[in-house]
Amino acid sequence: MSSLLVGIDRSTSSRRAVAFAAQLASESGATLHIVHVIPWSPYSFTTPSENDQRGASKHEEIATAEEQIILPAVAVTAEFSVTPTTSVVHGSPAELLVSIAAHLGGAHIVVGRTGDSRLKQALFGSTPVRLIQIAKTPVTVVP
Amino acid sequence: MSAPQVRANSVDEAISNAMTPVADFISGIIFYSVKIGNPDSINYIEFPVIVVWLVAAALFFTVYLKFQNVTGVKHAVDLVRGKYSKPGDAGEVSHFQALTTAISGTVGLGNIAGVAVAVSIGGPGATFWMIVVGFLSMSTKMAECTLGVKYRVERPDGSVSGGPMYYLRDGLASIGKRRLGRVLAVLFALFCIGGALGGGNMFQANQATSQIINVTGGEDGPLGQWRFVIGIIFALGVGAVIIGGIKSIAKVTEKIVPFMAVLYIIGCLAVIFSNFTAIPDAIGQIFVGAFIPEGIAGGIIGVLIQGFQRAAFSNEAGVGSASIAHSAVKTNEPATEGFVSLLEPFIDTVVICTMTALAVVITGTWRDTSSAAGVETTSAAFATVAPWFPILLAVAVVLFAFSTMISWSYYGMKATGYLFKDSPRAELGFKIVFCMFTVIGASLSLGPVIAFSDAMIFAMAIPNVIGLYLMARIIRKEVFGYRARVRSGEHAMVDQ
Repeated sequence: MSSLLVGIDRSTSSRRAVAFAAQLASESGATLHIVHVIPWSPYSFTTPSENDQRGASKHEEIATAEEQIILPAVAVTAEFSVTPTTSVVHGSPAELLVSIAAHLGGAHIVVGRTGDSRLKQALFGSTPVRLIQIAKTPVTVVP
Repeated sequence: MSAPQVRANSVDEAISNAMTPVADFISGIIFYSVKIGNPDSINYIEFPVIVVWLVAAALFFTVYLKFQNVTGVKHAVDLVRGKYSKPGDAGEVSHFQALTTAISGTVGLGNIAGVAVAVSIGGPGATFWMIVVGFLSMSTKMAECTLGVKYRVERPDGSVSGGPMYYLRDGLASIGKRRLGRVLAVLFALFCIGGALGGGNMFQANQATSQIINVTGGEDGPLGQWRFVIGIIFALGVGAVIIGGIKSIAKVTEKIVPFMAVLYIIGCLAVIFSNFTAIPDAIGQIFVGAFIPEGIAGGIIGVLIQGFQRAAFSNEAGVGSASIAHSAVKTNEPATEGFVSLLEPFIDTVVICTMTALAVVITGTWRDTSSAAGVETTSAAFATVAPWFPILLAVAVVLFAFSTMISWSYYGMKATGYLFKDSPRAELGFKIVFCMFTVIGASLSLGPVIAFSDAMIFAMAIPNVIGLYLMARIIRKEVFGYRARVRSGEHAMVDQ
């Protein structure tokens, strides 16, 4: 195993996924990448005022995610003496994790089990379920 | 008649009486018509100069840009599908979003009511000329949206403002016409505020209110005397979005409108195919009527004017409004949005307007002179399929009107922002006035509202098109330079 990719959001199960992957990385010597995907689609419908603020909103969203999601996750990895690379990107979570894993030369994907609300999961399926359907590399779902 | 009805009526009349002279005066200037022939004869023609102005610009840019409206369509579709979007563009405004936002401002009542009027006056042949101008208008739209992106202003916080105010000021300054540019930009902004309050607001509120009253039993129905109150409800809805910042309403509208457009097209197709035996005859009427019309005032020129006018008024190419919406897109190449904007008149005029025209021609409802031509003509065509079909149309009308009002409130706000250096107080003032005009528009009777509102929108085309001609070389350089970069592979498709 050369690299591990952890997809995270605000959930506590994401924290556990980070801890699990960090431990795995420290034991195996694999590199660790932490990614937060902000759900976004180029085909959603927007209002004109949303559009003209979009560039500003994007910066804000990334800054907030760095501070509230990425930094706490990095703090978790410190306990295992692992230094991860991190990124925050916009797009469709499962599809983007799969493509990033491919760019990392076939990284093992690790995600937490819960994230979306129950209603959303019932309607659209959750990111882990989608990942399992489309991933080309192994996927570990941490409860 | 009960007391509240008397009060409601007198409010309607008071507003109508106060507005009519102003409306007549303004529309008399903008819609100045060349009159040919004796007013009593069948050959009498009125030729609104503004229509010639718009169609001439469309024809000029079609030739000058070497028919990009034909050769560039496939590339436009590829851009909208994100084939050229880089991964780093994710999270910014996509070509698809810029296009759909602009379309929801353009597709409105003109597509439903206006087309019915054009066919009622000009006969089925008007459809043919409408489609011709729909195609030509794609070029004007390309010109103004390319400039919109090229001269947009990006602020340090990442927000963007663009549109004719900015390209008239900065684009004309770049070719040494600083003073003229400033004057045209201010004129445009003033007319844009007027257009936003008129065609983008009063006309929409007026027609949507009429349609609500029609499906609930007409003037004698329970809502017949309550136009004023329906107007207040519309104003509250618009106000909640633009002043209250209630994004959920705006989001819902933005999501519903594209589906309504598709539903409207399906509705028209249902009308067309449920009368499928009449299809060959209708197509025949459209072609024959376009060149050898019978019983149409002004003959072939009368038909031509109706078709031209409807296409020009419906897709707003040359008016400059869409350029404001398109300029928020994420791109380094202004011409990309020019290409994408080609699709706007295509969808608006060549697809949606043509659907309406086919529905009223095939069902023959355009011949009915018992009621005033407008939404009711289309409604009657819809009723030939099922009695409840006009209700579907009424819902479409109300939603189209609402989304058009939201879009135009934004255009008007940007124009206000331009004039008052983005002062939040001035923008708030505009929004309050906008909501007041919604009530006025809903309360007025049809005639003066249509005249006033159409006039204000088309006033925008005067400074805008002058600017487009003066900057034609800049536009051509952008468009042709970009096409060369696409051919050379410098601007290549991105692996998804």
